[in-house]
Amino acid sequence: MKSRLLEIHGPRGWAIWGALMIIFAFIVPSLVPEQYALILGKYCCFAMVALAVDLVWGFAGILSLGHCLFFALGGYAMGMYLLRSVGTSGVYRSELPDFMVFLDWKELPWFWRGFDNFWFALSMAVLVPGFVGFVFGYFAFRSRIKGVYFSIITQALTYAAMLLFFRNETGFGGNNGLTDFKTMYGYSLRDPSTKAFLFSLSVIALGLAYLSCRFLVTSKYGAVLRAVRDDEPKTRFTGYNTLNYKWFAWTFSTMLCGIAGALYVPQVGIINPSEMQPSNSIEAVIWVATGGRGTLLGPILGAFLVSGSKSVLTAAVPDLWLFFLGALFVVVTLLLPRGIAGLAQGPLRKKAHGH
Amino acid sequence: MKLVTFRLFLLLLIAASALTGSAFADEARPDVSGLGSEDLAEVTRAIVSIGKSSSPEAIEILSALEAGQIERDSARRVFLRKESGELVPLTGGSPEGTTKKVTLNNVARRTLGETLARLSLTASDVNVRRAAAERLADQPDPETVEFIRSLVEAEKDAKTKGFMDLAIAKVDLRSPDRARRLAAAKAIIASEDISLVAELKAIVGKGPNSYIEPDPEVRREFSRALSTVERRIVKINAISNTIYGLSLGSVLLLAALGLAITFGLMRVINMAHGEMLMLGAYATFFVRERLVAIGPEITEWYLLFAIPFAFAVTFGAGVLLERLVIRHLYGRPLETLLATWGLSLILIQAVRLVFGAQNVAVANPEWLSGGFELMPALVVPYSRIAVLLFTAIVVLFVAYILRGTSIGLRVRSVTQNRETAAALGIPTRRVDTLTFGLGSGLAGLGGVALSQLGNVGPELGQQHIIDSFVVVVLGGVGNILGTVIAGFGLGIANKLLEPSVGAVLGKIFLLVILILFIQIRPQGLFAQKGRAAESA
Amino acid sequence: MKKLYELFSLASLLLLSACKGPGEAPSAEKKEEAPAAEAKKSDTGPIKVGILHSLSGTMAISETSLKDVALMTIESINKKGGVLGRQLEPVVVDPASNWPLFAEKARELIQQDVAVVFGCWTSVSRKSVLPVFEELNGLLFYPVQYEGEESSFNVFYTGAAPNQQAIPAVEYLMSEAGGGAKRWVLLGTDYVYPRTTNKILRYFLKSKGVDEADIMEEYTPFGHTDYQTIVSNIKKFAAGKRTAVVSTINGDSNVPFYKELANQGLKATDIPVVAFSVGEEELRGIDTKPLEGHLAAWNYFMSIDTPENAEFIREWKEYAKAKNLPDAEKRVTNDPMEATYVGIKMWAQAALQAGTTDINAVRQAIGGQVVKAPSGFELTMDGKNHHLHKPVYIGEIKGDGQFNIVWKTEGPIRAEPWSKYVPESQNKVADWSFPWLCGNCEQAKAAPF
Repeated sequence: MKSRLLEIHGPRGWAIWGALMIIFAFIVPSLVPEQYALILGKYCCFAMVALAVDLVWGFAGILSLGHCLFFALGGYAMGMYLLRSVGTSGVYRSELPDFMVFLDWKELPWFWRGFDNFWFALSMAVLVPGFVGFVFGYFAFRSRIKGVYFSIITQALTYAAMLLFFRNETGFGGNNGLTDFKTMYGYSLRDPSTKAFLFSLSVIALGLAYLSCRFLVTSKYGAVLRAVRDDEPKTRFTGYNTLNYKWFAWTFSTMLCGIAGALYVPQVGIINPSEMQPSNSIEAVIWVATGGRGTLLGPILGAFLVSGSKSVLTAAVPDLWLFFLGALFVVVTLLLPRGIAGLAQGPLRKKAHGH
Repeated sequence: MKLVTFRLFLLLLIAASALTGSAFADEARPDVSGLGSEDLAEVTRAIVSIGKSSSPEAIEILSALEAGQIERDSARRVFLRKESGELVPLTGGSPEGTTKKVTLNNVARRTLGETLARLSLTASDVNVRRAAAERLADQPDPETVEFIRSLVEAEKDAKTKGFMDLAIAKVDLRSPDRARRLAAAKAIIASEDISLVAELKAIVGKGPNSYIEPDPEVRREFSRALSTVERRIVKINAISNTIYGLSLGSVLLLAALGLAITFGLMRVINMAHGEMLMLGAYATFFVRERLVAIGPEITEWYLLFAIPFAFAVTFGAGVLLERLVIRHLYGRPLETLLATWGLSLILIQAVRLVFGAQNVAVANPEWLSGGFELMPALVVPYSRIAVLLFTAIVVLFVAYILRGTSIGLRVRSVTQNRETAAALGIPTRRVDTLTFGLGSGLAGLGGVALSQLGNVGPELGQQHIIDSFVVVVLGGVGNILGTVIAGFGLGIANKLLEPSVGAVLGKIFLLVILILFIQIRPQGLFAQKGRAAESA
Repeated sequence: MKKLYELFSLASLLLLSACKGPGEAPSAEKKEEAPAAEAKKSDTGPIKVGILHSLSGTMAISETSLKDVALMTIESINKKGGVLGRQLEPVVVDPASNWPLFAEKARELIQQDVAVVFGCWTSVSRKSVLPVFEELNGLLFYPVQYEGEESSFNVFYTGAAPNQQAIPAVEYLMSEAGGGAKRWVLLGTDYVYPRTTNKILRYFLKSKGVDEADIMEEYTPFGHTDYQTIVSNIKKFAAGKRTAVVSTINGDSNVPFYKELANQGLKATDIPVVAFSVGEEELRGIDTKPLEGHLAAWNYFMSIDTPENAEFIREWKEYAKAKNLPDAEKRVTNDPMEATYVGIKMWAQAALQAGTTDINAVRQAIGGQVVKAPSGFELTMDGKNHHLHKPVYIGEIKGDGQFNIVWKTEGPIRAEPWSKYVPESQNKVADWSFPWLCGNCEQAKAAPF
């Protein structure tokens, strides 16, 4: 057991991890002003999505252009809980969420049942994306859909889901989505300490997500996964059931996204179908590519860097920020083929990844 | 078509009246003073009363009103502005201050159209009579129908008579006279009408205690009319859905064709493809703006200039992109996604800063405006036919380049096996540049076509990029024929789904079907064979 | 399990409060306690004014002009000496048509101590920033027509509520002068504004005796570009009865829709289409000759013939030229631009009257403020429901992309944010005037403080 732990990280790695967790989860939240806590918390959620994408793309060679669907599903599950906990203090003073009152619905649709309970909603935030990923993955991997074909159908999936959620009839508030949340588990979302708490929770979740991904890729399972990435037919002929390997990584990755979504929603205060638009998922892939595919740490950095520069530049140079961001992507691809993490790895460990 | 002839006739009339200016003899003139009013209701009443006057001038004045040649001054006096620019007073006196065109609203315009149609029912030109009768048969009022009844016996032209009978039938449906009702049912069967389903259903149905149509024979005839009309609608729907599907398919295909080259053949995950479409559309806009400055005759043919220009611009942009960026990324297809995404952000924002964030207007040329009526309620716009033909030409052009020229041979050899091609002395780098240029140029041509059907704005490419990828992947990456079939297939499937489930669910179902379809054929419609397939 | 969680959260909260250092930002309540001190601090410098409109992404097409108009108005106020002797300093940010980013940017603006924010276009962007403005006690001017069913202490709505746009338009088309439509097609993009507007219109039409079978409701997905089937369905549905189409199609889909309409020969004299989201800006992208006679309902048209409007248009064109905006020669004005213009003037007036830019004081002063608008009417801000009293105009599209005004109200009418045609909201009262302070009560109640 002990040696297994040391396989994940060397002692120095563990020390750094622990120090970072303590600093960011317990010290930083109490120091930074609340608006930065919210923004940093948001980035943590993005970083978790980047991790999830890296797990399947960097280690199993599966490029998903629809990962934000799972993120949004997790977000919706949490949003439903938050909306239910508004209770009768909505605009219409009704038991039902406001948008349902306005749509003239008389009772709660069946799929909203149970979301009054925090723990039920939380488990749904993990299980629903996981289930969708599980089913989708089963069919896709069983049919041996690969490469761009897989990428494009994930994109089609998230696009279809977005159109579905846009409809008022679907029962999730149409394009306005779910918003105007008030409390979470009894604590007011407006309270600065709640915000700080959510931020530290996001940091902890990110840290654990990182560890679990690290655990997976350093195991024997991870080695087979990489073999699948590098040459699937050969791995299959060696006797491994590659379907199961990819399937597990995929499902795990979608559940990570669900957790990220569930943490994201109380911090930004809104969840709506535009989270599912294909360009968001492409952005997630870009975090990974910028940071360095197949490195786990790189994608986290990438998510922070890209989202951070977006936040800063949209205020500093509102007319020109797209030029900077676009140029960043082009320059990174041309000059840093292994992303930012590639810088740290140095020239000695030059080894082509993937294709 | 008929409307056009009708218009032409009116224009001729106006020209005639301009030649014979003396025709405006004071004594025979109807009272036109109402046209000088600011109140549109009064203008409408004036139109009706002019139409009812037996004056031979009525038709000329009303035609002039429709053509926007009637003006009024501040003292409510009415004038006719001739082609030559001369003002002819219609209510006497010379204009006080500047004159203003008499503007109409929809109701006045509709009244004017119907009044003119009534007056034209007695015209000597058979086409004019036919168009007038068709117009009046749309939603006839009892008074007009009595007028038509007085003319119908004397009408020689069968089609005109058919429209007249239909107009009469629409009023006679509930006439107390059994013979008239029977004739109405027969007239409906003989016509091409599709508007009476609800009305007929009500008539053959039961009222509170008895049938609404008491006579069984007439009722049978009405039932027959109902089923005829319903069959007619089914037929129209089937034909129109096919045509709409082909048209949508051609748009999807044209938008995707460039991607079939850059992504399909070269494996560049080209996220900037949409922006090439956009550049093509903006090139069209640019050419048109320049030509507008020269003159209206040449503007009419701006597309002829825009097509080569758009191709050249996007070809150039593609070559530049390839040289500067893509070239360094071969063998790393997934990274091209990142770079081209960055490029697409830059291009969108650049266009936004140069041309503005708003849409720009690219008006269809006159010869592409409007459409022809294939069947009732089925008008096929000329622009859509043009896009369909254009697509066919472009597809043939691509097929010729790839299959019939030595460049095409090289392109194929490089995309199929780069090393062997290089070993055989093919300049693979130059071929790459050309191929990417060709793909981008084709996207530019797609942009020209899109500018004729939709909006031209910075986000134009983003609207089409997902569909384009879907089309290429569905057809089988690297297979142009597959792209063609997938484009039309998706177009037709979409249009068959849309009427039954609506546009939103239709689109969702289509995406789900696509996902399921890929399960059955994981490499698209036309899977590549051999080793290349595994590395796709 | 629950206990464990609470223990955990309690523990971390304790830890947090223990760690709270001097860098901790003041909470909203603390801020309200100390306006005087803050006001003193920034009494002399320029007054910061936030502008929160998307300059990129899907909404840039509409919102960019609003940013430009806002900057123009601020510049012209500054030329006249600013407000309270201080210059206005616009702070422009780009929320990039991304709704969570709207909330983030709104927070950023308010915490930079802007005196007021002008911004948002879509309902979802407003819904996204609303909790932020309420939490931090900011002030937002929202310039676009919307579906109603909302009233906030922190928001002033200078666009139309449904009773100031949709319902008069439908009433007009029903009337003899408008063509006496008997059958209705409610066509829209599938999202909340069209859905709710159509819902209100359905109630309204039924109250006027329109049969269920004579109403057709159709929706298209976002970014829809193929209107062949829908236009031909409208034609079939319209056969036999006077029909009008009420279009709430959004943004980019309008051009393909109108092009299809024109090319399939659907004439306004036969089937008029009235739109609530199509104005002069949108028509710039379309050849309007075949669309002559189709309608739009707004509270302002560029073709309104008043000296105030001439001045507004002149100012705008000069600004566009001076700032080298793209296509400056052909720039037009439209309703949301006028609403932005009126909003900024109204805020400046109120700040002048209050003698301070303090948000609570200015908010109290805005109610009842009167601005002579480009439409020639004196528009009043309703202190009770925070909506602007607005005149309603109906215009027919002309060949040159402008509107021929065919109907207008006698004067400005009061907004009803809570529609009387919706059962749940018909008894609601919005009253933000002291001491009631309630935006959605069944009856006005006493102030909470």
